[in-house]
Order: sequence, then structure tokens, then C-alpha cells
Amino acid sequence: MYCPKKDVRLAVMILIPLLALLFLFIYGFIIWSLRVSFTDWNGILPDMTWVGFDNYKLLFSSQRFQTDLRNTFFFTIFFIAICIVGGFLLSYLLYSKLKGESFFRIIYLFPLSLSFVVTGVLWRWIFSPEVGLNSLLRMMGFKADFGWFTSTYSIGGFNVALIALIIAASWQYMGYTMAMFLAGLRGIPDQLIESAQIDGAGEFMIIRKVILPIIKPITFSAMIVLGHVSLKIFDLAYAMTGKGPAFVTDFPGLFMFETTFRGNHYAEGAAISIMMLLLVALVIVPYLYSTFREENR
Amino acid sequence: MKTRSLNKVIKYTFAILAVLCFLFPLYIVLNNSLKPFSEVRISEMWLPAQNPSFEGFQEAFSKLSQNMKNSFLLVIPVCLFSILFGSVIGFIFAKVRFHFSNVLFALVIFGMFIPYQSILIPLVRSMNAVRLYGKLSGLIVTHIVYGLPISSLMFRNYYAKIPDELIEAGMMDGLRLWGVFINIVVPISLPTMVVVLIWQFTSVWNDFLFAVVLTQRPSIQPITVALQNLAGTQVIEWNVQMAGALIAALPTLFVYIFLGKYFIQGLLSGSVKG
Repeated sequence: MYCPKKDVRLAVMILIPLLALLFLFIYGFIIWSLRVSFTDWNGILPDMTWVGFDNYKLLFSSQRFQTDLRNTFFFTIFFIAICIVGGFLLSYLLYSKLKGESFFRIIYLFPLSLSFVVTGVLWRWIFSPEVGLNSLLRMMGFKADFGWFTSTYSIGGFNVALIALIIAASWQYMGYTMAMFLAGLRGIPDQLIESAQIDGAGEFMIIRKVILPIIKPITFSAMIVLGHVSLKIFDLAYAMTGKGPAFVTDFPGLFMFETTFRGNHYAEGAAISIMMLLLVALVIVPYLYSTFREENR
Repeated sequence: MKTRSLNKVIKYTFAILAVLCFLFPLYIVLNNSLKPFSEVRISEMWLPAQNPSFEGFQEAFSKLSQNMKNSFLLVIPVCLFSILFGSVIGFIFAKVRFHFSNVLFALVIFGMFIPYQSILIPLVRSMNAVRLYGKLSGLIVTHIVYGLPISSLMFRNYYAKIPDELIEAGMMDGLRLWGVFINIVVPISLPTMVVVLIWQFTSVWNDFLFAVVLTQRPSIQPITVALQNLAGTQVIEWNVQMAGALIAALPTLFVYIFLGKYFIQGLLSGSVKG
């Protein structure tokens, strides 16, 4: 677009203070955190003595952080898989022109408008070993004494207690993938489906050969967004379960919060936060890079 | 034809089953918030309330009303400033070409993905240094700043679709760039303003991390923190807790139900490409 030089200069002048403030709050603070993570500041008063990678070494040798990483890994895998598969099924149901479609859509999406704290309070009661699902099962005559999120049982490194959190988080976020897929499905030209039907393709054939390839890029975006949600997870675990016995429901976000703001171990907290940032950057940076390169072309 | 109607029956069955799955936590919360204290007994969470009463709601509301007010005092200025700054930044990145504009914008967008834990310690120190720590105004500033990436992105995606000719025509008529922005662009931005408003309203209302770190005094805490404190006490007054959860959720639920279209638009633009 043509734009006089004078106006470009003005635009940049407006932009500079806003971006300066934003970049200070993002990149300035990240560098500051990084600096803190290399110090000995593990009390209330700042102590900027350089200790190199000591905090990181301590972190990786700690049982809690290892458990956190494992929890994050399993939580992320299941959370993404359930949201993608469930979200696709729901969107496909809505796509096949059911009556009352907008009613269904409203119901599937409403949890997304809630706070993780609200979700956590709700589902904590539902999975509470004394009064939740267990008592429902007992009312139905079963002998139910599952520990749910208090269980310390683990299968191949997967802490069973996470199931409750995975269900709660998926309940909240499945509508998100549904909405994304639905927008994609709505974008498929009707002729494409019709011509496939004329060629004699059945419903499953159409899903496999026409619909899935078209929505593949959406699946990818959804995985990125859900992935970064789960890598950062904090509120839900804090409100619903806390760190749990033997850290079965602990996550780096929770560990960082408790270490820093409850235990005053600022340098260790900073080290955890930098590890969280690296994990998220690993997912997000390639994604942003590919998006903006595409736009430039 | 027959297989088709069978197919429909299966689909309706699944759709309705899914509705039940999505709604049953809502049943639990409504049902139990309506139980009087005398009825709150361990085995009865699943049974419908015998003598519905607003006892739980009254108590929850008396405990949370101040925090609800705080949340509104927090959310309203954040929304207004997000719209103001977001539209300016979004417009410049959408329509003005300058060196490194793409790299700069990518750096802005990265800000909406970072785990906020990685800036919390410096944030607390800085807020302390400018005497905003522990005040609602500190929380407001924090949310405005970290809301800039998403609000700029939403406006930029919208402005990118405005044809350049429209802006060039305005310039032919003698308007400067900001004149074009105020006279031509702003009047047609209403839909995106609503999207940003709703998005920021929901995410700031629902935020917990910034609120719990930056506000210590109960009298200024937003509702999410107060709800967590209320629910964190292990006494089994779950009628109050459930009523509290419902009260905390109502404003965003309201927005969602009445302005759902814009909510979904905001949701979809959160994945960068829009």
C-alpha cells in the first residue's frame, strides 16, 4: 500500500513507546528471570551472587521436577488426543445438519467460557474419593473405593491420579477443537462432497479421502494451541488437586509458584520458569516461524 | 434411505449423550448450591435437593460480592485499553510497511504464548518498585500489557482484510494516515472491538495466576482468587462452594450465551492465522 514517508514515520513514532513497554515486560523480564536463575537468591532478600548452573543441576536431580516433567508429558499427550478426536467427532455431528445444531454447539462450547478455577472446584468434588463418583457407584451397588486424584498408583510412569485432571481439562477444551474443526468443515465446498457421493463414495470414504486431508492443517494448529495450554497448566491443578501425594498431580507451573512465592526460593523458581519457557518455545517458535514465512511469500 | 435415517438416529444419540456429559457437572453445581446446610450430607451429592433454598447463594454472595466488584473494576479498564492500543498497533502492522515489521510482529505475538511464570519474579519486583504491587491498578496495568499481543493480532487480522484502495482513497481526499484511521477505519471496526472486548473480558475475569501473585489483601482480590480461598477450606460447606463457583462463572457465562458468535470468532483468531 502506498503511504507517504511522513505518515510512516508518525506510525513508527506511535509504535515505539507501546512496543518498548511490551518488549520490556516480555523480553526484558525473561532476561531478568534468566539472570535470577543463575544466582543464589534463595531467601527473601535478593542475593545476586553468580552460581552458574547450580539451580538447574539441583532442579534436574530433584524427584519433584522429574515427576513434573513426566506428568506434563502424559497430561499433554492424553489431553491433546482426547480433544482432537472428541472435538472432531462433535464437529462432524454438527456438520451433518442435525436439527437443534446451534443448541448442541452452545452446550459443547460453554465450559470454555469458565475459569479453570471454577472447573477445578467443580471437578474436585466430582472426583472426590469420599463423596464424588465413588459414592454414585456405591449407590448403584458397586464396591467403589478408587483414589482418583489421590491415588499414588502408576502405570509405566503414568500417574493414574492424572486421569481426573485430564478429564476436567478435556471437558473444558474439547469445544475449542470442535469450533476449529467446524469452521474448517464449513469451508469445504458442497460440490466436493457431492461429487464424491456421485462417484459412489460412502460416508467413511468421504471422511477419509476428502475431509481428513482438508482439516489436517487445522489439526496441527489445534495441537499447537492445546500443547501450549497444557505445558503451562497451573490454575486447574492448583484449584482441583494441588501437588498431590508424592507429587502425582504436580506440574512445573505449580512447582514454580510454590518454590518462589511460598518458599521464597527465587533463583530455583526462576530456573523452573526458564525450563517452562524453553518447553513452550520448542513448540511455538517453529510454528510462528512457518506462519510468518508463509505470509511473507 | 433406510440406512440414512438409521445413521441420523445414531448421530442424534451421540449428540445427546455428549450433551449429558457436558451438562452433568452443571447439574452437580446447581443441585448442590440449592441445598440448605442441613441437607449437605456426605452421600447425597448426587440426589436432587429436597428443600431447595438460597441459603448457600446468600452466604457465598456475602463472601464474594466485594471480590466480584473488584473483578469488574479490573476488567472494564483492561478491556477499554486493550481495544484502544490493540486497534492502533493492529492497524499499523496491517497497513504500514516498514523495516522488520514482520519480525517485530512475530516478537509481539510470541508474547501471548509465553508461560507467565517466566516473567513473574521481575514483574513482582517492578510492581513493587513503582508502588503498584498489591494494588488493583498494578493488576490492571499487567493485564493491559500482556493482553496487547492477542488484541493487536485480532485487529491486525481484521484490518488486513480491508482493501488498500479504501485507505488510499481517503488519502486522495487529503486525509493523513491517522485521519484515515479515525474517520474510515475506526467506524468499521465495531465487530472486532466486540470480539476483543469479549475475549479480554473472559480471559481477565478468569485469570488466576497474575491475581494470586499480585494481590495479597482479600479486600482487593478478584473473584477467582476469592473463590479458590473459599473452596480451599476443607470444611464441607459445599453448598456455599458450589454457589460461589456458579456466581464466579455467571458473568462470563452470560457473555458467552448472549454474544457467543463473537466469542467463537475470538477463539478462532487465537491460533494466529485466524
